[in-house]
Amino acid sequence: MRGKKPKDAAQKGGNGAVTRRDFLRGASLAVSTGLLAADGAAVASPPESSAAAVVGPGKVPVTLRVNGQVHRLELEPRVTLLDALRNDLDTTGSKRVCDRGTCGACTMIVDGKAVYSCSLLAIEAEGRNITTIEGLMKDGRLSPVMQAFIDNDAQQCGFCTPGFVMAATALLAERRHLTPEEVNRGLGGNICRCGTYHGLRLAALEAAKRMKA
Amino acid sequence: MQAFEYARPKTAQEAVALLASEWGKSELLAGGSDLLSRMKDDVSAPQRIVSLSGVHELRGIAASARGLRLGALVTLDELETHPAVREHYAGIAQAVEQVGGPQIRNVGTVGGNLCQRPRCWYYRNGFGLLATYKGRPLVPDGDNRYHAIFGNEGPAYFVSPSSLAPILIALGASLRLLGPDGPRDLPVEQFFVTPKSEAEREHAIKPNEVITEVLVPPANGTKSGFYEILQKESLDWPLAMAAVALQMEGRRVEKARVVLGQVAPVPWPSAEAEEALKGKMVSEEVAEEAGRAAASKATPLSKNKYKVQLARVAVKRAVLLAAGLVKKGEV
Repeated sequence: MRGKKPKDAAQKGGNGAVTRRDFLRGASLAVSTGLLAADGAAVASPPESSAAAVVGPGKVPVTLRVNGQVHRLELEPRVTLLDALRNDLDTTGSKRVCDRGTCGACTMIVDGKAVYSCSLLAIEAEGRNITTIEGLMKDGRLSPVMQAFIDNDAQQCGFCTPGFVMAATALLAERRHLTPEEVNRGLGGNICRCGTYHGLRLAALEAAKRMKA
Repeated sequence: MQAFEYARPKTAQEAVALLASEWGKSELLAGGSDLLSRMKDDVSAPQRIVSLSGVHELRGIAASARGLRLGALVTLDELETHPAVREHYAGIAQAVEQVGGPQIRNVGTVGGNLCQRPRCWYYRNGFGLLATYKGRPLVPDGDNRYHAIFGNEGPAYFVSPSSLAPILIALGASLRLLGPDGPRDLPVEQFFVTPKSEAEREHAIKPNEVITEVLVPPANGTKSGFYEILQKESLDWPLAMAAVALQMEGRRVEKARVVLGQVAPVPWPSAEAEEALKGKMVSEEVAEEAGRAAASKATPLSKNKYKVQLARVAVKRAVLLAAGLVKKGEV
């Protein structure tokens, strides 16, 4: 996982280099600063007037609450939550792999439930609490699930890892008494192409044990 | 994915008013798992999406003496974990248990599960619901390993993909549709139709109608069970499934309903299996006989004969589960 990213050019070492990611997001970046908590009310209930109004197909204002921060974006209605976060908010921990809801690499937690963010329109996620892999660390410390993944060698190439961590986190938030069968089922929406399932199962079970303690 | 207009109405009535009166122009969005995949593959390209996420009247499970009322937006996860569903309608809980994975069940809805389009790979690759190329059907001589083994005399060869439909039909459920002229009720069985031309759909729903709820009659001791066969433990579409509802007197079957899924363009009731069960004391042999009867009139295509045996086994195990002779995981 990546550390905190520089937010402006001055912090980038002064050589003026433009990264690929900066370049890509240049055109589509709207206001995406973390705003004050007072904005939460506006997010919870989108403006009444827009309720049955037909919007798009061009860009429309979309307000998302990601990892506790409120972001105001301009997006076409067809943009998925995954693409909005990756392309417009530079939140690239969630991976785009199959983009068809069949691999789990894009898993985020929305209102407490694990969902495929590739199969949810960003505009549909308005007013909901979105948690990504970037939001799991507290005060610079790994979450118990993250730590258990490391301790149990639950990754090889690591590309599926954020999705698995999110799926395991959602599973353990619901229940901490888990049988191996329940872990299999709870992680059944994610695929690891390297085949590290043994470590993944152990990690989920160990995280459950630690969180109970 | 093509760009589209988007609307988020607050009531089902508003949703109906926002839908176009012909197919292809607009689509309803619920969980989105199926619709967004189709749109990304350009199999569907609606100009307008009408989201149901703001229509709260379509949510909620209500269990009462009048039966079970499922709002169209009830998620498969909510359905599976609902205590009254688990206690009185075991077959329903068993039917949703293995749909996709947790992420699919968390967003997938009752209405969406009934309205999802077939998984036929010809359809999903742009050859239309009836899978033709230059007017010639592709399935009979093509790769039909996952296609129909019943009701496949053409022109439709795909299989109905809904996991909920067979058990809802076995339990005698109906659904309520809301259209411009008001609501209408339809037995779930009649919601599924075999299209005769590319212009027809496999669902008896009009382009500007919305499923608002599903109504399941009181269980009154009816025992239900469901068994499906998949290649993988999760994230897979089943190869065959069977739903069974039994009205029993002790261990004797008074009346049976047996409905297969993934074997025909519509959920496939088996009068033969129902007849084989009627009046019998349920045992492994009787369940086996019901499976044999269910498979007896299958007409497999060139590459899917194996599905006949799977259908037979699915019926046998669903009967044993419904009768309580085995528990899930023991069959």
